[in-house]
Formats: sequence, structure tokens, C-alpha cells
Amino acid sequence: MKYMLLIYGNEAAMQAARQAERPNTNQMMAAYGAYTEALKKAGILLGGDALDNSANATTVRVANGKSQVLNGPYAETKEQLAGYYIIDVPDLDAALGWAARCPGASQGVMEVRPLRVLRM
Amino acid sequence: MSESESNAGAAAEAAARRSYGKLVALLAARTRDVAAAEDALSEAFAAALADWPAHGIPQRPEAWLVTVARRKAIDAARRQRQGDSAGDHLRLLAEEMEQAGAEAGDIPDHRLALMFACAHPAIDPGIRAPLILQTILGFDAAAIASAFLVAPAAMGQRLVRAKHKIRRAGIPLRVPGRGELAERLGAVLDAVYAAFAEGWSDPAGTDARRRNLAEEGIWLGRLLVSLLPEEPEALGLLALMLHAEARRNARRDAAGGYVPLDRQDPAAWDAALIDEAESLLHRAGAQGAIGRYQLEAAVQSAHAIRRRAGRADWTAIERLYDALFALTASPVVAINRAIARAETDDAEAGLAALDEVAAEPRIAEYQPYWAARAALLARAERIEAADEAYQRAIGLESDPALRRFLQERRAELGGARQAPV
Repeated sequence: MKYMLLIYGNEAAMQAARQAERPNTNQMMAAYGAYTEALKKAGILLGGDALDNSANATTVRVANGKSQVLNGPYAETKEQLAGYYIIDVPDLDAALGWAARCPGASQGVMEVRPLRVLRM
Repeated sequence: MSESESNAGAAAEAAARRSYGKLVALLAARTRDVAAAEDALSEAFAAALADWPAHGIPQRPEAWLVTVARRKAIDAARRQRQGDSAGDHLRLLAEEMEQAGAEAGDIPDHRLALMFACAHPAIDPGIRAPLILQTILGFDAAAIASAFLVAPAAMGQRLVRAKHKIRRAGIPLRVPGRGELAERLGAVLDAVYAAFAEGWSDPAGTDARRRNLAEEGIWLGRLLVSLLPEEPEALGLLALMLHAEARRNARRDAAGGYVPLDRQDPAAWDAALIDEAESLLHRAGAQGAIGRYQLEAAVQSAHAIRRRAGRADWTAIERLYDALFALTASPVVAINRAIARAETDDAEAGLAALDEVAAEPRIAEYQPYWAARAALLARAERIEAADEAYQRAIGLESDPALRRFLQERRAELGGARQAPV
């Protein structure tokens, strides 16, 4: 089954950490690098990316034929989506096991969502 | 109805009762589609009722049912899933059939795996016990709803959602490995105990569905012990349920009045059940890993000692509740510990211990707290405060027999504080 692992984190805290200590950030980057490598080696990685800060997000919606563009993310919450992986594993337990290993799990929270199989 | 019809009906019913969960677990093992497995199985039972009276009861009724149910499941998958997505599902079903063909003899038992799926951390804790009752025992939503005091439609919807989640989220029907087992087993045991407790909370035994639930809880407990004979907490849970069950009839006097544990006649307890519970607890203790259910069973055992010693072992009970409190930090445990302290020390010491939980939220609405408080205040001859506490307890109780008992205790406080009820 295919799952998306959504990495949620506190942006303010992450930014503060980044500014306070460069080496820590490097450590975090290295941890993500190792994790991504592990997913590849296991042969289950389908894709993934890190997202830029939610301050750089823009939302668009079309209502009554007019598009409305707003500055900022969809929901102004402390925890924001910071990145994702898509993996292919046999079941939820395997997906949860991989989500727990992600550095994001000890920084914030991981959401594990099965992908919906759509036939078009 | 002809004799062959009634025989076939009885055989189908016996197969349903004995192997319902086994067949659901087997049919859903690969696809994780519990709802489809249940549907296919109920069609197979219907087919049995039509076929068996005419052709006789098959030699292996379970195998017959599985074969028919698999065919029904494949038909249903073909009908419902068009195109590619049907392919995957059909492939899984076909693989399953092949595997089953290779297994001559007994139907493999995946019930434990199914229970672990039902009590998976991804499933809402409140629906785990109902889900186990439905998938393992075949209870319908209405029966479960009435036992759990929930509207049948709401219960039905929650069960459907939970089964949907098992399939869509990919929750495996698998017994966790050694490393995870202890952690995950707790949720399964809690769900079984929740089923038992729902049945147990109808002490008069007037509601057959509920009494049934206590029996089914014990049945599930026995199943767990047979599948996991080395797990001390599974043994502890069964011991706890048997101890409680042993006292079922002693909880009411001839007139239907409530009899609290300390006023029960030990001769009215079921000695065979107590003996069985004691030997289970002994077996659990030999494994050397203590846990919540063993401790709770040990508390019951320390009460059961009254059979021979004439008095419960209150020192042991207080220590066991200490250990339970360290494990659970539950205010309910703290209340029971306070009651034990009143026995090992005096009523004032018990009251002081009760004061420690008084600040807990929701304790103000918890009947046993007020009943315990009232009894200790009465014993300390603080009549006015006792009267007030009894009033609180009476107002919070829903069982009429227990309410009557509390009213009688309140009336006994003496003429000076006799308040109109």
C-alpha cells in the first residue's frame, strides 16, 4: 500500500533553532539525509520533498467566478506541514514504523495517510 | 419443520457459534476487508440452511462454509469492483483459496490476529470492544448498542467506520512480534475486559443480553489464554473475570436487595471458579512479569481468602492497590486504596486518603467515591457529614437495588439526622 508521511512541525521553534545553532541544523539535515537513504535502500521510497516556510505560501480559491488570492497558508496554526514522503509498504504497521524513524517524529508530529487509488 | 431441516439448522447454528470469528478472521486475513468477510459468511450460512437439509450435513461444516463464503466474496468483488482495482482484490482472494486448498484438515485460527487489528492503536479505543464482539462473536450492532447504552444506529455507524478504517488504512491482521506484543496486548485485554464489565454492571442479571456479555467476555478471556498460554496478563485478566463471576449470585439477597462484598456469605461464592482463578493467577505469577490485571486479580484473591480465614487480607489489598496506583495513577484505584487503609488503620486514616482524590475532576459525579466517603464518615461517627455524602451517592446511582441499599444505610445513621428521602 502507498502512504504519505506528512511531517508537521513548529516553524517558529525550528527557525529559532536554526538561528541559534548552525551545527544543530546541519545535524538535522544529516539526519534527514540518512533517513531518506534508508528509505531508498529499503526500496520503498516513491518520492518526497521538504517545503519552504508557510510564510511563503499563498492560497487561491475561486468563488462566484472570481479568484481570491490570500497571503499565507490555508490554516494559520503553530504546527505547519514542513515536508512529506511517499512510501510503498505492506501495511499500516510498516508505515508507522517508518514514520517513527523520521527525524520529524521527534521534532513535531507525523501524520500517516494512505493514498487513495483513483482510476482515471 | 422436518427433522433433517431442524438438524441442519442446529448444525449451522452450532458452526456459527463455534467458529464465527475463526471464519471471519480467515476470510479477511489477506484482504483486510472485514465487512465483506462478514457479508460473505452470512450468505454462506444462508446457503447452508438451504443446502444441508437436502444434501445432509457435510463432514466438515466449517470447511464447507469457508468454500462457499469465498465464492460469495469473489462474486461480490466482481460485482462491486470494476476494472483494475477488482484485479488486486480477486488476486488476494484467489491466493487465499489456493493456500486454503493446501491446508488439509483444520481451519487455521487467525482470531488473535483479528483481535489485534480490532484493538490497533489506529482504532478509536471506545469502539475496540464492540468491534471484537462483532467480528469474533458475531453480535449484531443492535445487541452491542443495547449493552453499551448507545443508540443502535450510532453504534452501527461507528462499527462500519472502524471496519472501513482497517481496510483503507491497511491495518494488518497480524499478531505483533515479541518486542511489540506486551504493549499491543494491553489494548486487546482492555477491550475484552470492557465487554465483560458491561455485562457485569447488570448485577440483577435481568438483562439477558448483558449477562451474556459477561459470559462472552470470559469466553474471549479463555480464548486469549489458549492462544497465548504464557502471557501473564492474559492469565491475570481471566483470573480477574472468574473471581468476579464467582460472586455474581452473592451480590443479591433472596429479596433482590444489594449485598456489598463485605456482607456477602462466602458460602454463596462459586468455589470452582475461585479455584480456577487462583490457579491461573499462580501460573501468571510464575512468569515473573507483573501487570495491571494480575494485580487486580490478586486483590480479588485477597478478598476470596475470607472463605477460609474469615477475614479479607486487608494489608495485602492495600499494598496491591499501592502497586496498582503506581502503575495507573487512577483515582478509582486511590478510592479503593483509601477503603483498604480504613481497614488496616482506622476510618479517619481512610478519610484522609480519600481527601487526596477529592480534587480530581469528575470525582464529584462518581458514586463510589461518595458511597465510600459516607460509609467511612458513618464509621467515624461524623453523622451530619455522612448523611450529606449518602445523599450525594444516592443521587448519582442508577441501579435501584444499590440505591435502596444506600438509602437504608442513610436511614441507619440515626433519628437525630433523619432527613426526608
